[in-house]
Amino acid sequence: MSRILKYEQKNTWIDELTGVTKLLFFLLWSIVSMITYDTRVLLVMLLFSVVIFKMSEISWKQVGTVFKFILLFLCLNLIVIFFFSPYQGSKIYGTRTEICHLFGSYAMTKEQLFYEFNIMIKYFTVAPAVLMFICTTNPSEFAASLNRIGIPYHVGYSVAIALRYIPDVQEDFTRIKNAQAARGIEMSSKASLFSRIKNTATILLPLIFTGMERIDTISNAMELRRFGLHKKRTWYSERPLKAADYAVMVFLVVFSVGALILTFRNGSRFYNPF
Amino acid sequence: MEPIIEFCDYSFKYRAQKEPTLKEINLKIYPGEKVLIVGPSGSGKSTLAHCLNGLVPFSYPGESSGSLKIKGKDPKEEGIFGMSKLVGTVLQDTDGQFIGLTVAEDIAFSLENECTDQKEMVQRVNETARELDLEKLLDHAPGELSGGQKQRVSMAGVMIDRVEILLFDEPLANLDPASGKRTIGLIDRIQKNDHTTIVIIEHRLEDVLYRDVDRIVVVGDGKIVADMTPDALLAASVLEQEGIREPLYLTACKYMGIPVTEERKPQHVESFDLAGMEEKARQWYQKTAWVPRQTDTEELLEVKNVSFGYTEGQQVLRNVSLKVKKGEMLSIVGKNGAGKSTLSSLICGFLQTADGSICYRGFDMKNWSIKERGEKIGFVMQSPNQMISKAMIFDEVALGLVIRQVPEEEIKERVHHALKICGLYEMRNWPVSALSFGQKKRVTIASILVMEPEMIILDEPTAGQDYRHYTEIMEFLKKLNQESGITIMMITHDMHLMLEYTDRAIVLADGQILTDDTPAAILTDEHLAEQANLKKTSLYDLAVKCGITDASGFVERFIQYDRKEREHVQNSEI
Repeated sequence: MSRILKYEQKNTWIDELTGVTKLLFFLLWSIVSMITYDTRVLLVMLLFSVVIFKMSEISWKQVGTVFKFILLFLCLNLIVIFFFSPYQGSKIYGTRTEICHLFGSYAMTKEQLFYEFNIMIKYFTVAPAVLMFICTTNPSEFAASLNRIGIPYHVGYSVAIALRYIPDVQEDFTRIKNAQAARGIEMSSKASLFSRIKNTATILLPLIFTGMERIDTISNAMELRRFGLHKKRTWYSERPLKAADYAVMVFLVVFSVGALILTFRNGSRFYNPF
Repeated sequence: MEPIIEFCDYSFKYRAQKEPTLKEINLKIYPGEKVLIVGPSGSGKSTLAHCLNGLVPFSYPGESSGSLKIKGKDPKEEGIFGMSKLVGTVLQDTDGQFIGLTVAEDIAFSLENECTDQKEMVQRVNETARELDLEKLLDHAPGELSGGQKQRVSMAGVMIDRVEILLFDEPLANLDPASGKRTIGLIDRIQKNDHTTIVIIEHRLEDVLYRDVDRIVVVGDGKIVADMTPDALLAASVLEQEGIREPLYLTACKYMGIPVTEERKPQHVESFDLAGMEEKARQWYQKTAWVPRQTDTEELLEVKNVSFGYTEGQQVLRNVSLKVKKGEMLSIVGKNGAGKSTLSSLICGFLQTADGSICYRGFDMKNWSIKERGEKIGFVMQSPNQMISKAMIFDEVALGLVIRQVPEEEIKERVHHALKICGLYEMRNWPVSALSFGQKKRVTIASILVMEPEMIILDEPTAGQDYRHYTEIMEFLKKLNQESGITIMMITHDMHLMLEYTDRAIVLADGQILTDDTPAAILTDEHLAEQANLKKTSLYDLAVKCGITDASGFVERFIQYDRKEREHVQNSEI
């Protein structure tokens, strides 16, 4: 059974990078693509995202479901923007080139299309970066990275431990769901939405009880092995930064600065082709 | 020599309880000793263990009196962290205590917390892994390991601290018999090689005694009832009084009139000196009658050529066929991952068969929903906490009927009937939380019985239970089988359960049925036992020792005789 968003080692050059580098990439990439509306910058970033995503050899099985979910969200977002502010594009770019009149006060303008196109590429730039970060970063290395950039190790470790126990909880969930289904508590699509919501309680309650038993064991096991002894801790899976890491980081910083300069050179965050 | 562990008039009372759990304990354990602590559930043996590693009083607060010194230090002053450098604890739950995402990280966990340099960490992890034969598994995730392997990782994780005392809390509870045997062997090797002091808490006496222990401490009702060598203890009557099961071969000797004395070294069946009493055993074998049990010939369930795999090319089950007759009580055994759970999931419809068919009373169940199957074949999970979702007993048992929109009057009648069968009728208006584990188990069984299934499948019905609770649950199932005629199929690791309560066992290994025979025949076949990670019964060794060639027949006779004896005892108690 392959789980969604699961870390899998693929031995690509991206895998070889340390968690810190990937965390930095993820943060800078998201920030820059959120700030800029410069289409040229976004298109270059999109190209990079796609190429790097391809190189990371992430399989569709790992991200497919999440990707579809993002697409759905994107469509909703685009539609909502259009309905709530159909002339946002005109306001930004200062011109109004109508393509066709739709209904009421709604008309499709070139500016609006271009504006929403920019939003779309933002999504497509950030989404691969997020998915790639999750799927190519070893969770314990991620915890180590967070610690290295100054976040207390308790925080990083709780993320790592959550990831460690996700498969176990998923298994518990399936087993409990099955046993309840045999008693007649239908969770399949045959049952109505309302009864499915109501029936969730009969699965959640036992799941919570089993979870609490688990937490008791984990916290004892951790304490018996001195978790929390010092303010600091070391990490078995931490890796030293290599030349490739430095190269990527330097590139990232240079690229981000360059992209932002290009974006703000003309006084606004938007690139105006009109 | 100075004792390494010394309890002096030590008492302990949990904050939430009225009565002390440990009462005036006096116990000395010396460096390099291997001590087994036995006692029924609730006797205080786990509390005793928690006193050693500091969980008492730091995680489980309460008041203590008297003194406890571990290597001259007081755990109350050292704290859990301080104690963990002296006492390494291996917990019962092999999966839950695995903290790291990989084997290597889990072994290194305590070193990470000590801020050990990475280089040294890697070196020490490698050393410890070599010692415990885990080198090849270092980058495996917990999900890829067997129970026995996970336990070895836990051992490595505490041994890396070079602790002087190793404390095992029910190390056999989650393992199949063969893995359990290996664990006991490994603990023995560690004690001999490193001169580590070993304390084992366990109620499966016979399995721990696979290797020598120096002393056995019996805990009963918060007090130390006995503290003696295994040979002396097995010859005494303390075990029986405290409800701890003695090794099967000794029970057999008692039935055959062979006295068990300390001089005969009863600790292991191999070394047990029968001293000319073999003839007595042979006579007993000849004069004891054996009646094969009659089963109904009506067929209830048929599994025909079923194969199944979660991923392509990897088959968990291969061409499995079996028939279950009405009124049978049978067990499915085999090591973890052999396909036992997959088979029961296919029968219950949690998984869909691709190849082969499963028929109920001759009807192919292919198009039956999980719900429809559940009305014929009930499924009871291992832990009642995994099933119970209502606060009140009545509501929990009624749940299946309420969902099926059965009229209220009828629900009441059927729930009361099921509760009566399960001996819970008087408690029908109680909250579930007021019940003991065994009673909760009966609630889950009652909640299945209300749907009036003809067959129930139980996953490890007695896991983690001591002898008294084991007997309570199993006698209940036996009664259910005999009086209500319900067919019972159990997935189990417990060889005693299989031998004593089932008439037939299906052994799965690597997705195939290895054999389908009487438990007595299976557990007297050394080759078969090895293939399926089972353990041959000590009764077999006894039979061989006494020159009885029909070991399987000997075991059958013993089991029937034992059932009668125990029924007799139970009746006289009433």
